[in-house]
Amino acid sequence: MNIAVLIKQVPDTAEVKINPETGTLIREGVPSIINPYDLHAIEAAVALRESKGEGKVTVVTMGPPQATDALKDAIAMGADEAVLVSDRAFAGADTWATSYTLTLAMKKIGPDLIIAGKQAIDGDTAQVGPGVAEMMDIPHVAYVRKIEDATDKAIRVQRLMDDGYDVVEADLPALLTVVRELNVPRLPSLKGKMRAKKAEIPVWSAADLGADESMLGLNGSPTQVKKIFAPEARGDREMIEGSAEEQADKIISKLTELKCL
Amino acid sequence: MSVIKINQDLCSGCESCLSVCPYDAIEMKDGKASINEYCQICSSCIEVCPEGAITDTRGAGGSSEGKLADYRGVWVYAEQRDGKVGSVANELLGAGRRLADDLGVELAAVVIGAPESEAKALIEHGADKVYVVDDEGLRAFNDEPYSEIISDLIGEHKPEIILAGATAIGRSFIPRIAARMHVGLTADCTQLEVDKDTRNLNQTRPAFGGNIMATILTPNHRPQIATVRPRVMKAIEPDAGRTGEVVTVKAQYRKPRTRVIETVKEESASSVNLQEAQIIVSGGRGCGGPETFVMLEELAGVLEGTVGASRAAVDEGWIPYRHQVGQTGKTVCPKIYIACGISGAVQHLVGMQSSDLIIAINRNADAPIFNVATYGVVGDLKEIVPILIKKIKKSKGIA
Repeated sequence: MNIAVLIKQVPDTAEVKINPETGTLIREGVPSIINPYDLHAIEAAVALRESKGEGKVTVVTMGPPQATDALKDAIAMGADEAVLVSDRAFAGADTWATSYTLTLAMKKIGPDLIIAGKQAIDGDTAQVGPGVAEMMDIPHVAYVRKIEDATDKAIRVQRLMDDGYDVVEADLPALLTVVRELNVPRLPSLKGKMRAKKAEIPVWSAADLGADESMLGLNGSPTQVKKIFAPEARGDREMIEGSAEEQADKIISKLTELKCL
Repeated sequence: MSVIKINQDLCSGCESCLSVCPYDAIEMKDGKASINEYCQICSSCIEVCPEGAITDTRGAGGSSEGKLADYRGVWVYAEQRDGKVGSVANELLGAGRRLADDLGVELAAVVIGAPESEAKALIEHGADKVYVVDDEGLRAFNDEPYSEIISDLIGEHKPEIILAGATAIGRSFIPRIAARMHVGLTADCTQLEVDKDTRNLNQTRPAFGGNIMATILTPNHRPQIATVRPRVMKAIEPDAGRTGEVVTVKAQYRKPRTRVIETVKEESASSVNLQEAQIIVSGGRGCGGPETFVMLEELAGVLEGTVGASRAAVDEGWIPYRHQVGQTGKTVCPKIYIACGISGAVQHLVGMQSSDLIIAINRNADAPIFNVATYGVVGDLKEIVPILIKKIKKSKGIA
């Protein structure tokens, strides 16, 4: 079984802080990491290849040249090959243009199964996985929390829902997006790290993909960011002063006014 | 290359733009600012440049206006489980009604896989028209036929705006529609406003793990599609006297390549409580350990509320994930939200700021949680909370 894994290199948003004066992000010293959900996708792909005893795992990312680091980390975890999809023409891509670009890369690879994290932690949209599936004209299952069975023809998984889970079977080729409950990602092995160091990672440009330029980057993106801002403060705040005892009394009188007591 | 350009002759090298760029996309080269490949075209730098050296080279307006004008009306996707339409549909209708009225157009709801009898409540909550696709084969959620059917309906009726819940269902199949039709989709919106002149939908959502807010536009494509998290928009009071049209749709779709074998309900009682609760007592990093949550549990108990938590407290392992409120947890909208030792990272705020009333207790008077609080209490929660518990018990006559 040939499996492709879609990953993204992201800033560690848990480390991002806001400058209270300017309301902007402080990016200094924020590390770039593999999107945490994608680690579970890599683990699932490598584990599936191991259990089948055959096949190949190819990790693909679209990003700037430094995203190679993320691909090398994935090889260290056990992926066989990696491809960087990178071109200045991709800049400013929204989820539509990103899905388009990755779809061309997937068509070039021709995998039986594509696995991605449920969403990336910088954008949190969860749109690129299903978008790629639609453009490839293959089925997808989102929020996969367990892979129950995989044959050459179909895969059976548990899909997390808001009120429980569904057991879903999909014909292959198919695309899955996965959640944290799926597995525990392995740490890179020493052997893996050696392989990653030596790995040659091909870079595919817009021309290599045979892309329609009007569908790429900003040109291909229906959505535009109009503005970015820090959330506003509510204007009507009242501070409750005094000793702890007095503060507690005032809170209780407010709750009583609101008929909560 | 970014469409944002810096005129090197005008740039004075003052670096004002560097500090406002949220993406680290501006660097200094030979004493002049230049834009690198990280640029996301947010335009923050344009506004701060004192020299007017930074411009957006895209120009204004699209070229396909005639085509855009063919699209009229607001739609809401009303999702169902087991043939019952959920409450998120009513919330979306509340938001959709306002947008439709602003634009002077009709508001329609689309239901797939539920009986026609479900349409009545949707009309009472604000829909002028309900498209019902009732088909036994569509009772269980299935991405492929659902996206195919809605895409076909869009092609036929051409709505200008579509709202769907940012739920497991909406977030899974709506992206297929956007991909298929080459239209814009904005996920997890917390605020929606229309510009009456351009008829563009200003879609505001948290970005960067909820650290900042972004307003997204889809100026040259229709329909404009947005998903909205449950509990963010308010439903309007149902009006039993409202009338509307019910349109039964006989859908045709390809044989799905995915099959739902089994549906298992697994409701975690407390997570349901969190979203239904009238009062939430929530704890963050300032709690210092799991023992403080025992105390918050007791306070929630005497107030007949439930316990929430920030991501920091959940990451520390003090309380399970199902209690988490915020961007990566639950969005809640109680009558009263009591935030104890929560500093108020934006990713937490987006999950609770629409609460009717917020009481914040924090030792740090500069904590951002006080910016959204109705009542701010600077103090030690470990002192104040036990006093609260004691006094409330006393007033309620509990020993």
